Amino acid sequence: MKLKYFAWVRERIGKSEETIEPPPTVRTVEELIVWLAKRGETYAHAFETPKVIRAAIDHTHVKPDAAISGAREIAFFPPMTGG
Amino acid sequence: MQGASDALMTANVTIRIQEADFDIAREISALTKGRTDIGAVVSFSGICRGSEDGETIAALTLEHYPGMAEAEIARHVDTAMSRWPLSGVSVVHRVGRIVPGENIVLVLTASEHRQAAFQAAEFLMDYLKANAPFWKREENAGGTNWVEARHHDDDAAARWTKS
Repeated sequence: MKLKYFAWVRERIGKSEETIEPPPTVRTVEELIVWLAKRGETYAHAFETPKVIRAAIDHTHVKPDAAISGAREIAFFPPMTGG
Repeated sequence: MQGASDALMTANVTIRIQEADFDIAREISALTKGRTDIGAVVSFSGICRGSEDGETIAALTLEHYPGMAEAEIARHVDTAMSRWPLSGVSVVHRVGRIVPGENIVLVLTASEHRQAAFQAAEFLMDYLKANAPFWKREENAGGTNWVEARHHDDDAAARWTKS
């Protein structure tokens, strides 16, 4: 699946997107965040406060307990500040 | 649709994300052109302020999530059209670097009568602020920092679910 990062999540990780295949034990958005945070210092920094991170699956906002199976694109970003 | 009776006129929806500024008068003309069923247009413009909490702002840079931003705006426009009798909606959101005094966002709502247009415009802005994937980065004397989301923006969006 493709992962996309925006705003300070993107800056902390140091990339705007990547393709990853998490292990089958990673089933939800929340579990994916925990798994990503273990990938290195930059990821740990980006995901250090998981409750402020917002996620979208295939362009739709989702909650942390959303299942990731079948997702083509998952995005992580801080709370939105448009308008 | 020219020649169609008022009752058959469909809602005119425009959603654009662009770096360029927009001309409010031109956007209103585009929304109402050729129609005689519109009795009210409400226009909301969000403008870049030159200071925040007493601190001077040199510029804002807006980032967005291409694809999702348009989809999310469209979803809220659909919701607005299901709640109020709207003849048209235009949403134009700028991205990139914007300096104080410049436009950031435009929401136009058109309806037969003013009440629906006023309410729908406010509803759309409250939802866009809380849910549309845009992020502001602020340039000030201390460098740059990401603007933090305000809780009252979430509260403003949530109040529409209570009524």
